[in-house]
Amino acid sequence: MIGNAVFRVEGLRKSFGRNEVLGGISLELHSGEVTVLMGANGAGKSTLVKIISGVYERGGGTMTLADLDFAPNTPAEAIRAGVVTVHQNINDGVVADLDVATNLTLDRLSGRGAPTLFNPARVRREAKAVADRMGLAIDLKARVNDLSLADRQMVAIARALAHQPKVLILDEPTSSLSSAEADRLFALVDRLREQGVAILYISHRMSDIRRLADRIVSMRDGVISGVFDTKPLDYEGAVNAMLGRKIHLDQIVARSSAKPVLTVEGLRIAQGARPISLTLGDGEVVAITGLVGVGKTALAETLFGVRKPLAGTMTMNGKPYAPRSAGDAIAAGVFLVAKDRATSGIVGGFNIERNVSLPFLKRMSNLTVLKRRLERATARRQIEELSIVCRSEKDEMSALSGGNQQKVMVARWMAQNAALFILDEPFQGVDISARRDIAAKLRASAHGRATLLFVTELDEALETADRILVMSEHTIVGEHRNAEVDLDRLLAEVAGGPLHSAA
Amino acid sequence: MTLRDYAIRYGFIVLLFGLVAYFAIAADGFVSPQSAVFIFQSVAITGVLALGVTATLVVGGFDLSIGSVATSAMMAAAYVMVVLEQNAVVAVVVCLLIGAIVGLINGWLIVYMRVPDLLATLGMMFLLVGLQRIPTEGRSIATGMTMPDGSVANGKFGDAFLALGRHRFDFFIPNLIPVSVVVLLVLAVLIWFFLEYTRFGRMMYAVGSNERAAELAGAPVKAYKIWAYVISGVFASIGGILLAARLGRGDIASGNNLLLDAVAAALIGYAVLGAAKPNAFGTAIGALFVGILLQGLTMMNAPYYTQDFVKGVVLVVALVFTFALSGRGRG
Repeated sequence: MIGNAVFRVEGLRKSFGRNEVLGGISLELHSGEVTVLMGANGAGKSTLVKIISGVYERGGGTMTLADLDFAPNTPAEAIRAGVVTVHQNINDGVVADLDVATNLTLDRLSGRGAPTLFNPARVRREAKAVADRMGLAIDLKARVNDLSLADRQMVAIARALAHQPKVLILDEPTSSLSSAEADRLFALVDRLREQGVAILYISHRMSDIRRLADRIVSMRDGVISGVFDTKPLDYEGAVNAMLGRKIHLDQIVARSSAKPVLTVEGLRIAQGARPISLTLGDGEVVAITGLVGVGKTALAETLFGVRKPLAGTMTMNGKPYAPRSAGDAIAAGVFLVAKDRATSGIVGGFNIERNVSLPFLKRMSNLTVLKRRLERATARRQIEELSIVCRSEKDEMSALSGGNQQKVMVARWMAQNAALFILDEPFQGVDISARRDIAAKLRASAHGRATLLFVTELDEALETADRILVMSEHTIVGEHRNAEVDLDRLLAEVAGGPLHSAA
Repeated sequence: MTLRDYAIRYGFIVLLFGLVAYFAIAADGFVSPQSAVFIFQSVAITGVLALGVTATLVVGGFDLSIGSVATSAMMAAAYVMVVLEQNAVVAVVVCLLIGAIVGLINGWLIVYMRVPDLLATLGMMFLLVGLQRIPTEGRSIATGMTMPDGSVANGKFGDAFLALGRHRFDFFIPNLIPVSVVVLLVLAVLIWFFLEYTRFGRMMYAVGSNERAAELAGAPVKAYKIWAYVISGVFASIGGILLAARLGRGDIASGNNLLLDAVAAALIGYAVLGAAKPNAFGTAIGALFVGILLQGLTMMNAPYYTQDFVKGVVLVVALVFTFALSGRGRG
């Protein structure tokens, strides 16, 4: 659009083993412009960033910086060439035990030409110059450990900017900031834009994107699925391009339920969020969808008793339901297949059998002594039920594929009858056939309980649910029966903006 | 199973039998009931401590305070009987209470005060080493000792208490098996059954392997962790009771090696049967392994000062078995 791009990527490819993560990405970044990169989990955003910042080697394609070939072998080379990345994890960018001044000048302490002796006065002088250039108002003598998250992030960015980059990549910089803290970050981004830095801003937060974007690039399954650069920007189009809309082979028959199982009223899960009210019925499968960071996991954890709501009441089968721990929830028949099985589901030291029996040991023991035969029989039954591919119930979890590991997690909680069965991102890192199996099993067994899924991918919701609720900014903003879904309205709700068309 | 799997699984057991066979041939009198009992007796107290620390290893923790809990229990037993002139039952109860309370405090420090396990129990170790010397101003406790205020302590160790250290049960041969060995075997079976066959034991392993998963499966993770330290503390205090009964006095200089020997036995246990994780059976075998090795070497006239070196070698070899060969490297 505006003259020449300062940074250009063409036909970038990358595979891990046989798994192609990037399938020919082309991207341009212009000076003095904020380009927002959107993409769901697994779309390949972080791989792209890691190639640009010199962490990964590219599989094919070219990159040019100011019309010169750009091929960094290490992160340090990329920084020296003028492409600087601030990674998502703030603490990777700062040394917590050192003071702000040392952090800001850290990169000058090592490498060729660095002085052998540490000169505090010189460090402070150089740090002050860096801070002034950015308008950073933080006590340079403060220890980074004592700073707030937002201040730490500022230090990390300032440290990156000490190199005077031509291209700055910010990877989900607001994911752990409050809105006031984020405002400070936006002011800084504005300032850098005026100084002519080309910025690649990766985020899921629609509010960030509306505030900052000059252009939006959507990514899906390793390719660019949309570029939006005419004002006013088409935010819904961008979300649509990111979440995609494939043809569903088997349209499901949406059921509705007469008997409510769980009723939630006035539930507030975050400061300043509007309260949530919802009813989940017997036999129905409800999917809650929304972008990353809108509070899906927070809601799942609140229903499961591991997070306290700020306000509101819940009723299970006519009785008040106020779980104070996962144990309470399980006793009340509320089961959760938690997000990210590796950290919050799988017990690595246990085989399949023991992973399956984990939550129900009490029901599988007699005076605390485990009934091993019952345990084995349960595991075998569940392996059969969910068609888990393994040699036997004694297999280690590490021997299973991602899809089968997830099946074990689902099998664990389906071993007993639930009143409310919650699954948080059950299809993440799961191949298509396992995903079909799990979805079919959920629908087939739905009778006698309420089933609630949290998914970011719209396709997953459309494939499995009777009813789809949309979350945005920690509350529920829309409801659709999965029969004739108005996808435009649904996408508008996901994007969190006012409707353009009168619907 | 490949040859490598067999090596990982049975390597240590084979080594153990090899060792016994070698000593049987090389050392006169190694193969005798008395010798066997002596080996068991020599590892009884460290074995009990090692079984306790195994519980904390299972939940992914560590307890460095066991040695000082044992010596504190020993001093407390002596103090209760010699200075306060109480009977054996009171002494035993006081010791067990000390163990349980120290375990509770350790657990509280680690779970609620968020002090890392090694540091919390290291601190507790220092605290107890100092505390056990305060009532007698640093002196050992024996009948007839002069107290700080000038009076003479006239109490003595009860016969029932001393029997814990000196009585021997008949087993085919009269007066063969000492009480301490029986205590070791009973506790070993108990903790083994608890860890392998009860739901509490299973959950403790789950907590040690993936705390968050255990929590989301409804386990009261904090309680499990605290209980593990209570088990460790109580087992250590039982070790202290046996030590006091064996010595018949409260000796401030004894029990220096208890911590290291017990920890070594528990860590050697990782390698037994290729478990690659803390386990009660392995811990017992680990303690026995060290006992057999030392007994054999002693009978072959190896000097006493080589003992620690030998133990260290065994421990390092066992750790290589666990972490490098089995490639599972979970601690």
